[in-house]
Amino acid sequence: MRGLFAVYRKELADQLSSRRFLILFALICLAGLSSVYTAAQSIRQEISDAHGVFLLLFTTASGPLPPFYTFIGFLGPLVGLALAFDSINSERNRGTLARLLAQPIYRDAVINGKFLAAFVTVGLMLVSIVVIVSALGIRILGVIPTPEELLRVGAFLIVCVLYVGFWLALATALSVVLRNTATAALAGIAAWIVFTFFVTMIADAIAGALLQASTTFDPQALLQLENLRMMLARLSPNTLFQEATIAILMPKVRTLGPLLITEAIGMVPNPLPVRDSLLLVWPQVVGLLALTSICFAFAYIKFMTQEIRAL
Amino acid sequence: MQKILPVPKDPNRQATASASSALVVEAQGLCKRYGQFTAVDGLSLRLAEGEVFGLLGPNGAGKTTTILMLMGLTEPSSGSVSILGYDPVRQPLEVKRLVGYLPEHVALYDDLSARENLLYTADLNGLDLREARRRVAASLERVGLADVADKPVGAFSHGMRQRLGIADVLVKQPRLIILDEPTLGLDPEAVNQLLDLILAMAKEEHLTVLLSSHQLQQVQRICTRVGIFVKGKLIAEGPISALADQLAGGMRTLEVAAEPGGAELGELLRSIEGVVAAEPNSDHWLVRAKAEVRPAIARAIVERGWSLLHLRHRDYGLEEIYLRYFQGGEV
Repeated sequence: MRGLFAVYRKELADQLSSRRFLILFALICLAGLSSVYTAAQSIRQEISDAHGVFLLLFTTASGPLPPFYTFIGFLGPLVGLALAFDSINSERNRGTLARLLAQPIYRDAVINGKFLAAFVTVGLMLVSIVVIVSALGIRILGVIPTPEELLRVGAFLIVCVLYVGFWLALATALSVVLRNTATAALAGIAAWIVFTFFVTMIADAIAGALLQASTTFDPQALLQLENLRMMLARLSPNTLFQEATIAILMPKVRTLGPLLITEAIGMVPNPLPVRDSLLLVWPQVVGLLALTSICFAFAYIKFMTQEIRAL
Repeated sequence: MQKILPVPKDPNRQATASASSALVVEAQGLCKRYGQFTAVDGLSLRLAEGEVFGLLGPNGAGKTTTILMLMGLTEPSSGSVSILGYDPVRQPLEVKRLVGYLPEHVALYDDLSARENLLYTADLNGLDLREARRRVAASLERVGLADVADKPVGAFSHGMRQRLGIADVLVKQPRLIILDEPTLGLDPEAVNQLLDLILAMAKEEHLTVLLSSHQLQQVQRICTRVGIFVKGKLIAEGPISALADQLAGGMRTLEVAAEPGGAELGELLRSIEGVVAAEPNSDHWLVRAKAEVRPAIARAIVERGWSLLHLRHRDYGLEEIYLRYFQGGEV
């Protein structure tokens, strides 16, 4: 454990003082502030009922700017990749890994300490950005959030950190497998683009091919197709993140799957309590955790079994 | 700025190994195979306390692999190692606590200062901050880098980095220091400084040093004992002077010149007991012999009434060893 904390302390100091951290922080802060600012302006003009307004700050898109949670969904992977794409391979390229491992620490202290430091960096970054952005929103709207809204923002933050954590784990795995930092960064960016832009298309194509989609209006077949498509899309952390944040930040969202019209008849569209919203997104959260664990476990095993001579 | 440490040069330094002193390194039949390729083949090595041992061999001989096995950074395919009584495979942390290792390419964090780099090492070794600061300051002082301690390492010259690497090794106050090609890529001045530093360090702190190199001259300058390592095998081991005999295989080479010389002298030389071969070589004859034949040669020449002009035992020079065993790569 001692070695782990030594590595962790050094890595955290490195991360927090690194230029890339400052750049990313500024970038996300700017994006978040502008998004929330325009959202607050339009909320002021359009909405008269103050109830549940605070959460609208994060979900309202106004003009060309997407809502705050979309910004996180889009820029979060960039943060994760940027903080970890060179964590192991840069040490190896500089040759510091051999010296590090010649110290009396267990080998896994290196990868654990680095991942933990990056994870804490991401946590600090996201929490401070959400706090800054909320402060701006409260200042403009003059509405104080209720405890329930704060709980939802807290849950949103946890999902955000988990989501970026997945990208950290993926970037760490890439940095173990790929010797070249540039290759690792490009591979990470490729994964980011695939998951962000192409997952729905790919899911459509695969679901269509598997079920021999026809143009007939057979409701059973359509439902089956839609369900399969969604399950495939949910292999992507981006889909999981989108669904989880939507359900957490919009209390009126009652389901994340297809809704049959028979189910909607007679439904009272009132907001769900926090507990029910959390229950709704629980599978998504577990899915994110699982994806993160798989990536990190892969990186860990690879790193632990690598021949030192290759380091 | 650079502090050069005067070291008394003692050409007769012999191995301080004695039966009573404790063994620091003991390797038995160490092998390392990568698939079909055998990097280290049946290496046995013993280092006593206070020794400066040079592992000498051409590039790719398996020196680094051997060092990694001693450190517990890679597992031997077979054979056993004991470092100060610990097994690097089973007790790597104990071994790493006692052994300072300077890798082939001294790697430091360029964006940190010299002091910060060493403090990180101290932290990894579990020293508390006060003790760490004290030791780091002492180490930097020791290698003559105290005045640039707070400059980023990125701006350091190669020689300074190498000395900082030594300081880094000293921070943990090891009992054994392993240096992998410490003089690689240094200019002669820096090489001398570094070698003096290593030697002084070994003497003052009573450290055991194992260093690998392919530079015979440098190894000879500071090592009490040398092992010659070619293609994964230790082909000779001992003090440099004994090494030459070992490599010569008990044969000695003499230079002989007499008046009148010519073919008759050759026949005479070959007729002497113990002489294996005699060949003309510019103005003298080269004689290869199994035993001490100089008195017999002198007597024979004088008995013939010739005059002996030159009779000399030719030492196996370092260059010759180098040429025979390294560049040719023949064992």
